[in-house]
Amino acid sequence: MRVVIAEDLALLRDGLTRILDAYGFQVVEAVADGPSVLPALTRHRPDVAVLDVRLPPTFTDEGLQAALAARVEMPGLPILVLSQHVEQLYARELLADRRGGVGYLLKDRVSNVGQFIDAVRRVADGGMVMDPEVVSQLLARNAGADRLGELTAREREVLGQMAEGRSNAAIAGRLFVTEKAVSKHINNIFSKLGMPPSDDDNRRVLAVLAYLNG
Amino acid sequence: MSAVDSSVRAVVWQLVRPGAVAAVQGLAVALLSLTTNVALFVLSVVSLALIPAFGIGFALFPAVTVLVRLSVGLQRRLSRWSRAPIASPYQPVPAGASLGTWKRFRWVVSDAATWRDFAWLIPGAITGGACLLAFVLPFYGLEGVLLVPILLYAITDWYGYGVFWPMDNYLEAWLSMPQGWLIFGGGLAVPPWLVWLHFRFAGFFLAPTQAQELALRVRHLAATRADTIDSQAAELRRIERDLHDGAQARLVALRMSIGLAEELLADDPARAARLLSEAQEASGRALVELRDLVRGIYPPVLAERGLDGAVQALALTVTPPVDVDVDLPGSPPAAVESAAYFAVAELLTNVAKHSGAGRAWVSLVHRDAVLRVVVGDDGRGGASFDVDSGLAGVRRRLAAFDGTMTVTSPPGGPTVVTMELPCALSSRRISPSSGTG
Repeated sequence: MRVVIAEDLALLRDGLTRILDAYGFQVVEAVADGPSVLPALTRHRPDVAVLDVRLPPTFTDEGLQAALAARVEMPGLPILVLSQHVEQLYARELLADRRGGVGYLLKDRVSNVGQFIDAVRRVADGGMVMDPEVVSQLLARNAGADRLGELTAREREVLGQMAEGRSNAAIAGRLFVTEKAVSKHINNIFSKLGMPPSDDDNRRVLAVLAYLNG
Repeated sequence: MSAVDSSVRAVVWQLVRPGAVAAVQGLAVALLSLTTNVALFVLSVVSLALIPAFGIGFALFPAVTVLVRLSVGLQRRLSRWSRAPIASPYQPVPAGASLGTWKRFRWVVSDAATWRDFAWLIPGAITGGACLLAFVLPFYGLEGVLLVPILLYAITDWYGYGVFWPMDNYLEAWLSMPQGWLIFGGGLAVPPWLVWLHFRFAGFFLAPTQAQELALRVRHLAATRADTIDSQAAELRRIERDLHDGAQARLVALRMSIGLAEELLADDPARAARLLSEAQEASGRALVELRDLVRGIYPPVLAERGLDGAVQALALTVTPPVDVDVDLPGSPPAAVESAAYFAVAELLTNVAKHSGAGRAWVSLVHRDAVLRVVVGDDGRGGASFDVDSGLAGVRRRLAAFDGTMTVTSPPGGPTVVTMELPCALSSRRISPSSGTG
């Protein structure tokens, strides 16, 4: 799998490259500033891009802007955005095109190498991965909202796992229940939120997040 | 017809209103100036004259000055009527200078404002007395309009009005009506000018001189600078403590775990692995603490998106739902942005905690070189912000930028907090800080 990386700190850039290399990814280009991101993505059309939000020269949100621009130019291009902090605002912007292949994680998550690689793979496959912190903020804030209020604690838990991008099997494993129970919970969630059930993993999570984002 | 009637009435009222209001204002000014000014002038002269007499004046004059300042202060407040309000020029009373002390006397006589007030008393009584015309003229005009002079002439056979004094015949009596209209019209046009003139003239004596204005400004700056330095120092101290007890301590523990794991690697690999995974966890917690700390110092989203984006991002994280309305053609200076952001954050936290509101709104508008930030909610109102130290902190922080905060929160709501920060906008923000997101 071919990867483009954008990260300005050499230490982290090399670390990311090493980790991805070790798991059989091929890092075709690693850029260090905002203006080089889009040309690199257009040139290589990678299977997945891993971008830092804050990049030189302005040290604002150039990486995120590049990601959004790239998704306009190359719809569906899988992009995993990394940052030292997560903002719901950014999550909403990344999800706005309602296509899959989007990830948004805190940089610390890279230290759990197995999970990080898993996230990169899921994004590359067109899935969606949101940082648990984004999800928990959303759930905490919307707990009082009318329709979410009807969910049981267990269903809310399942919703959180879904938003983080996990499959039914993975959710079942984490909550120590059967897959069948999970899909029952999910159907309940859909009916309580007034959404038609769907088998498509990615679309259902996007729908949930779109609902949560109001 | 009645619609036309009422619109005619509205137009007439529009024409008459400013004159009528000013006439009443003129009466108030005249009464105040004629009575108190003259009395206070006499008191001042007497108390000054008593200074050689056993020092009675030393105690008396400062006491009279208190009265003079009260009366003149009232004039300054009324000067709002003239659209050219007069500010107060006095220096604050020094410590230990209570009435009757020598220190108080020295402070009173050495303040130029004392003598300028004194010098104004008699001229002020004259211009103030002239304001009586503002009240009398329209009524005199009205007398003519309402044919009162004709009536009185008919009854008493001797009456005068306007230029005919006394009247000789009925023609002159009837001419009192057109005269009345003229006087009434003039009587409505003149009062605003009379009141304006009085206060304009008073301004020459009662407004702070340039030197006094500078002195007041310096005092204000010194106070806000001291506040700013204090709160900066307290902030640094808090950051130091957070780092020392938090991330720094965790890193020390981390190094110990890693060091121990290194020792155990050969002999007890299972325990070494456990230590390493503990170390991993500890490093995660250290990162969380650092992230929170960074957010409290300068929120990264503020650096990345400016005030506009940062407030939008903030609004997404609080309950109740917040409508954000931004009209900023550029970026305020970073320090102002930060102060405004933390103020909004504090106020929204208050809304979430205390208001019971179902909706809140934030608006950011820059106009006439002032950034106006309004935070409102439809909650239960009745908020008292005096005792709230968080709000006091916000106020202090804003004061460092000459910013102000006003709160309206009637029982039953809505609560609206308006903050105003004078500042210029720059076209495109470029953060000079380095680092990575």
